[in-house]
Amino acid sequence: MARYLLRRLAFLVVSLALASIVLFVLLRLLPGDPANALTSVGASPEQIAAARHSIGSDRPLPEQFTHWLGQLASGDLGTSFVSSLPVGPEVVSRLNVTVPLTLAAFVLAVVIAVPAGFVAAHKRHTWYGALLSAVSQLGIAVPVFWLGMILIAVFALNAGWLPAGGFPQDGWSEPAEAIRSLVLPVVTIALVMSASLIRYVRSATLDVLGSDYLRTARALGSSFGSAMWRHGLRNASVPVISVLGVELASTLLGAVVVESVYALPGLGSMLATGIAQHDYPVIQGVLFISTLFVLFIGFVADLVQRIIDPRLRGRLSGGAR
Amino acid sequence: MNAKKTSLYGTATVATLALTLTACGGSGSGGSASGGSYDKNATVNIGSLYEPQNLDNTAGGGQGVTEALNGNVYEGLFKLTDDGKVEKLLAQDYKVSGEGLTYTFTLRDGVKFHSGKQLTSADVKYSLEKVIADDSQSARKSNLEVVKDIATPDTRTVKVTLSQKSISFVYNLSYVWIINSQAKSLKTTEDGTGPYTLDKWTRGSALSLDRFPGYWGNAASNKQVVFHYYKDATALNNALLTNAVDVVTSEQSPDALDQFKSNQNYKVNDGNSTTKLLLAFNDKAKPFTDVKVRQAVSAAIDDKKLLESIWGGYGKPIGSMVPPSDPWYEDLTKVNAYDPARAKKLLAEAGYAKGFAFTLDTPNYDPHPTTATFIKSQLAKVGITVTINTITPDEWYTKVYKNHDFTATLQEHVNDRDLVWYGNPDFYWGYDDKQVTQWVKEAEEASTTAEQTALLKKVNEKTAKDAASDWLYLYPQIVVAGSKLSGYPLNGLNSQFYAYDIKKG
Repeated sequence: MARYLLRRLAFLVVSLALASIVLFVLLRLLPGDPANALTSVGASPEQIAAARHSIGSDRPLPEQFTHWLGQLASGDLGTSFVSSLPVGPEVVSRLNVTVPLTLAAFVLAVVIAVPAGFVAAHKRHTWYGALLSAVSQLGIAVPVFWLGMILIAVFALNAGWLPAGGFPQDGWSEPAEAIRSLVLPVVTIALVMSASLIRYVRSATLDVLGSDYLRTARALGSSFGSAMWRHGLRNASVPVISVLGVELASTLLGAVVVESVYALPGLGSMLATGIAQHDYPVIQGVLFISTLFVLFIGFVADLVQRIIDPRLRGRLSGGAR
Repeated sequence: MNAKKTSLYGTATVATLALTLTACGGSGSGGSASGGSYDKNATVNIGSLYEPQNLDNTAGGGQGVTEALNGNVYEGLFKLTDDGKVEKLLAQDYKVSGEGLTYTFTLRDGVKFHSGKQLTSADVKYSLEKVIADDSQSARKSNLEVVKDIATPDTRTVKVTLSQKSISFVYNLSYVWIINSQAKSLKTTEDGTGPYTLDKWTRGSALSLDRFPGYWGNAASNKQVVFHYYKDATALNNALLTNAVDVVTSEQSPDALDQFKSNQNYKVNDGNSTTKLLLAFNDKAKPFTDVKVRQAVSAAIDDKKLLESIWGGYGKPIGSMVPPSDPWYEDLTKVNAYDPARAKKLLAEAGYAKGFAFTLDTPNYDPHPTTATFIKSQLAKVGITVTINTITPDEWYTKVYKNHDFTATLQEHVNDRDLVWYGNPDFYWGYDDKQVTQWVKEAEEASTTAEQTALLKKVNEKTAKDAASDWLYLYPQIVVAGSKLSGYPLNGLNSQFYAYDIKKG
């Protein structure tokens, strides 16, 4: 296991290094000029050149790249071209919104989807099993922003129970306000996420229900409950965990629509603004940190799958996909 | 999903581009009932779509920095009032001599920076030099290049010598923030003389200002002002509906206005805007080199119908680059007015009886895509085929503004007094008329405002007749506020938003 961990860790570092190169090069291939965000209409060519010089985007690419790597190595994500604020602290402040939002939504989605998916499979011939299936199918088709707007209209504008959007300027030093402002966004993401999760849990459960080992266990005298618990759950959870890892990772940055609807200062909107302004240090910083998160989530998902399924232990990466 | 994405990018880009051309703007100030009792220690929450990019207006802060800091945190020698007048602010007095080439300013006594330092003439010199420095990214740089020399005979006197007469000099000074000459990192902190100090800027969320106890003038009518920033107009309106904000600086979502109009808890104020929507031809690219073609296109588009479809009952038709608040305004809506029959005739005269085709570079945020589609269908009726090419603001800036690589484009121009750009043949739209260039130059060197006004009226008439561009309409400027609020600016000239008179009942 120790050897596996070491190899997996090395894999992580190499992935990160590759990702940072790809990231850096791809960004520079985009058409446009970061100096555009800094100069206004009326600017002369000299002023534009001065803007470029002041942010260093006129220097040769290899030099810019090594500069960035050097900063990264010392734990510094650089300084925004546009705002002149350091990127690191801003990423941290955005993570203070995005991480609780994503984790809470994720947990809620799992709490909804696992029992619902199981029931939808096990009781698929009953009316409520079919209904669960149908509702989840419908849920996949619901756009996030639409659901957000409906929830805002009902719970914020009409009932007045929760804020319609925003996040306290002082963040978590106002815990009650911070939590209140995250309730609707969390529910929005969780509902949409659980719709697709239900589908996965349902099909994984169906596989297990039709499997030979379950029938054998039952034939040997196990009750349905204990056979499911001992054999079914383990087998069904392996593919579901793969999907969970992907869902969690994509929500991290994919929350940009929800952040916009609820006016939350999260990581996704930081990235969107950065892209619109060609603010390379900001884009690089956000993507680097999120790459780190995604790789880490993949690592954890792998680890958990191995613990659950001994058959996977010979392989370097990946579970049942 | 798509619609939301668009508006998200849209607002970001509006802030980026904010055609901060030359000058000022103006309008009345107000709000609802003033007087009465109000809370002197209130926090006023202001909702806005325009977050500053950084806090320095000479280094690409964008229109958001003007909105939040101009007049609130920073002050100039002069200020532009909400109704468009230029008034003395940090300048107590000034004299013009030497054929209009020498300006001697006497500074107000007892003015302190937020850091505690006294304001001196050295700070004024430093601030002016910062705007005209080689590496300045200020949009005002070209206006102030007439400054030849700045002398400081004593701590309260600044003597500026110009290389040529500039009647807009004092007006242009209302955009030069007086900063502490020893201040550092102005992109992220501040040191001004205004009625508020910067409390905190949380990027992506809010910027808060606190009343400055050492202010030289009347203290602000509220204790704290917080600008809350939104990327989505609906989210902003929801904030107003749930009292998370007290006032919205500039309403951009006409559909949402009915819910406020029909509710007595809110007041919808229709102020004077200076923002014009332009169909800008490249006057140096065929077929728009031909005046008749430009006139034909202008006459083929029903501006009133466009305005109605985008803004409902708000906004105004406009016949030239000049908004009603500029001193040289004339109603020119009848020049090249909607007349499809005339458009066809003009096209025939120009040799395009069978029409022609062109590509319209369209910024990807509202209202440009809608406008482009409207123009396309209108021009199809006179035989002109429009290909809509959707571009990002960044592409617009590089392709259209810098490289002049376009045939026609859509863009909004936000500032007042920006008619003078037609006097610059190198500007992106490439309008090149020797007579107009001469008039604009003479107007700037005029001795009296009457003379300046008369010359610019001629420019106005000539550019309108030539259909230098097609001015589609004047945007409305709509401030929506809770009915307990008073004293807020109504016109938000050039995006400034003075908060110090706002009273919360």
